[in-house]
Amino acid sequence: MSKIGLITKGFIKENPTFVLVLGMCPTLATTTSAMNGLEMGLATMFVLILSNIFISLIAPLVPDKVHIPVYIVVIATFVTVLQLVMQAFVPDVYKTLGLFIPLIVVNCIVLGRAEAFANKNSVLDSALDGIGIGIGFTMSLTVIGIVREILGSGSVFGFKFIPGDGILAFVMAPGAFLVLGYLMVLFNKLARK
Amino acid sequence: MEILIIIISAIFVNNILLAQFLGICPFLGVSNKLSTAVGMSGAVCFVITLATVVTFLVNQYLLVPFGLEFLQTIAFILVIAALVQMVEIVLKKISPSLYQALGIFLPLITTNCAVLGVAITVVTKQFSFGGEPHMLNLGEATVYALATSVGYGLAMILFAGLREHLALNDVPKSFKGLPIALITVSIMAMAFLGFSGIV
Repeated sequence: MSKIGLITKGFIKENPTFVLVLGMCPTLATTTSAMNGLEMGLATMFVLILSNIFISLIAPLVPDKVHIPVYIVVIATFVTVLQLVMQAFVPDVYKTLGLFIPLIVVNCIVLGRAEAFANKNSVLDSALDGIGIGIGFTMSLTVIGIVREILGSGSVFGFKFIPGDGILAFVMAPGAFLVLGYLMVLFNKLARK
Repeated sequence: MEILIIIISAIFVNNILLAQFLGICPFLGVSNKLSTAVGMSGAVCFVITLATVVTFLVNQYLLVPFGLEFLQTIAFILVIAALVQMVEIVLKKISPSLYQALGIFLPLITTNCAVLGVAITVVTKQFSFGGEPHMLNLGEATVYALATSVGYGLAMILFAGLREHLALNDVPKSFKGLPIALITVSIMAMAFLGFSGIV
């Protein structure tokens, strides 16, 4: 596969949210606004790229029997790095995303890419794969965030253009499931064409 | 009284699946059949409670005294992974029939974010159940974990029941599978919103 193809396959063909349906918890929980979705996507991308690079480097050395625990420790290490970096430079974002930053450890996308791609491909390819899937995930989260923010509070990225309060339910839990469900329908419909 | 408030709030008001969005992947993955949903709920219930107690003790007596709280994420996930392995081995030896029922779900539970989520929540978040905000002690944490996992089971089993009926219905092609399931969950979550305000 071409190097460009490695990146772009994460956008539509192997989109982690709408096609692979992985990492649903942060997808639903952190997309209350477009900005939150974008931030969560970027945080996950950071861990995804670093863990992909590192795992592709150590994969030949790791005995097969213990590879899952080893990968989890690698991922947990990078998540801890991310937590410390975020606490130092963007404490507000860290506070908003809260629990879902440490929970990147158990995000199936990260472990899934380690298992399915990084452990049998070169370092460069794994890094590109991390970038592609990371961008795909970030885009999906941002789109869900945009839809929920428009319906829930009448604004996009904090810029208010519909007066009034909006439909509160879309910012709360039911809206998350509903928007994701309907976006998936749309995605299926477009993908079939 | 406070214990009762913890239980009701963890099961209904802040339902782990429908209000906190933890453990969604297995929720969507194994809720196709009622029997597997019951098995998964049982296994999750057991592991969440056990893992919360152990990680609480690890945090209190190992991490905090040495000022290592920043290692929480790594320490907890390792404890949970080891615990799940151990439960699997012990269960295989002691009760093969229970192992048969829960066995296939156990390895999946390590990466169930509900387990890590509850473990982190009880040691980092302040709770105010009707009174002053405070950190949970071991007893309250155990009750919280148990009630949360009961809430998980409740939502999971209800949803599996709905989904079994859903499978027989003729839905538009683009809605088949997950999309219609997500829309159903949305309506369930709306129903659970009705519980907010009782505590």
